[in-house]
Amino acid sequence: MDLFFFLLFAFIAVACAVSVVLQKHPISCALSLVGTMAALAVLYLLLGAEFIVMVQVIVYAGAIMVLFVFVIMLLNAGAEEGRGRSWVARIAGLPALAALAGLLGYFMLTLLPMTGPKGSFVKFGDFTGGGAKEIGTALFTEYLLPFEVTSILILIAILGAIVLARKELD
Amino acid sequence: MEFLIITSIKLALILFVFMTTLAYLQWVERKVIAHVQVRMGPSRVGPHGLLQPLADVIKLITKEGVLPPHVNTFYYLAAPFLAVFMALISISIIPFGTGITIPAFHLGSAAYGPYKTMFELADANMGILLILAVSSMGVYGIALAGWSSNNKYALMGGLRSSAQMISYELPMSLAIAAPLLSAGSLNLRQISDLQAGFSLGVIPHWAIFQYPAPQIFSFIIFMIAAFAETNRIPFDLPEAENELVAGFHVEYSSMTFAAFFMAEYANMITVCSVATLLFLGGWQPLWPAAYGSDFVAPLILAGAALICFYHGMNPARPFDRITLPVFGVVFLGLAGLMAFPPTVPVLMPMFWFLAKVGFLLFVFIWIRATLPRFRYDQLMGFAWKFLFPVALANLLITGLLVALVS
Repeated sequence: MDLFFFLLFAFIAVACAVSVVLQKHPISCALSLVGTMAALAVLYLLLGAEFIVMVQVIVYAGAIMVLFVFVIMLLNAGAEEGRGRSWVARIAGLPALAALAGLLGYFMLTLLPMTGPKGSFVKFGDFTGGGAKEIGTALFTEYLLPFEVTSILILIAILGAIVLARKELD
Repeated sequence: MEFLIITSIKLALILFVFMTTLAYLQWVERKVIAHVQVRMGPSRVGPHGLLQPLADVIKLITKEGVLPPHVNTFYYLAAPFLAVFMALISISIIPFGTGITIPAFHLGSAAYGPYKTMFELADANMGILLILAVSSMGVYGIALAGWSSNNKYALMGGLRSSAQMISYELPMSLAIAAPLLSAGSLNLRQISDLQAGFSLGVIPHWAIFQYPAPQIFSFIIFMIAAFAETNRIPFDLPEAENELVAGFHVEYSSMTFAAFFMAEYANMITVCSVATLLFLGGWQPLWPAAYGSDFVAPLILAGAALICFYHGMNPARPFDRITLPVFGVVFLGLAGLMAFPPTVPVLMPMFWFLAKVGFLLFVFIWIRATLPRFRYDQLMGFAWKFLFPVALANLLITGLLVALVS
């Protein structure tokens, strides 16, 4: 059952990701990206990371993508016109894809332990520490320093946004 | 297998009751607004207009669904579906009572049960976050409807709606976070169970009266944000009819038009249920059962029955002689059911939950009949300059008090 859902939503995620690239209209691209985010959320759920699922949907599929769609609607962007492909993409596209897939496959096969003790493979239902309490405890004890550094980074980003917006207003 | 059957039965029941409630909420709203404005309200179809929702549904189904030639067809048709879908998902995790145990019984030679089931479809661990997630996805329905209609009024409505929902989601989330601090759980059933009991014997342990930090401000902030999230007056800028004709659904007709109304009313019921569960103690009674809180429901229903009988005796309209006694008998039967000892532990929590949700829904309608609409800049300024800082301060003070006491 888990495997069926994994394959189903992995397929949806990949199909939506391909659709992001292939669609002509910006709104269709953005909504395909929403589909990818939602499918990824289900994959997280299968792995037992409940809290990440909700954050994924609220932050990525909800807030960020709504802003994307909002901006596209505000600019009233039309469908893109195809301009043909550049000669680099025409010549090197397929070989580059094959090379990348080969490299990825090689590293996965050699670096990942294929025969090992239990726990070296990801199994559905093994992981149960994905609740809000566990994540909160980990964030505020073990990973306190990275957490605080990240918050300072976000604060700087907020200040930067305010400064940029003020320059526009003057 | 057993789980599947029980869940299917619950699904069918909840869907039926919920859909009927949606239709009749419209009737209640029209009646309440009419009486606020000293009018009669719907009174032609059936006694007291009670069959009006049925007539409306038939009208909306049989009307021609016009597909305007200038719309983006795929998104135009997907938008109402998306809106209803997102609105209906969140109702599946609302617990509206304690639960029910069906005792073991024999059917022929086979023995069944006992079955114990809770009054919600899914007892989700992350219940409150799931509701936030679904409501943040609900923006897409309205935004896409506005955009795909290819109409300036619809586009303005869609843009206003998405801006408003993003802005008011922040104070709403902060207002939700404050009672969660003392509850220590994200599960709606656990949050409601934690509010059981009474301090000094009479004051209920609801979050709004809670020690050490009464959540009365969170409750008010949540309700204000809920009005904006559901696009209701005084925050119904997306469909302000004197500026935008009808806003995001101006190009919709027939069932697709009805779908947006269904989504709006479903969202209203969801936010009222969440407010009840988080702040008003869910299905916990207003005062202890020792002082007779179990007798409230039968007494109210019996009183309603007596009033019906009295007005049936002295009819104002000819058909009142028949309809009012029928209502009286129905109310009396319900009162009997509410007072019947074996059903009390099941029906009483449900009664209190429905009473609180119904009161909040009445407040929604009452405010619609009372307040004028905000101006758009006032709406945004209110969210960002007042509601958001207040919610933040409230969260900080709550956190401080909870930390000091524990």
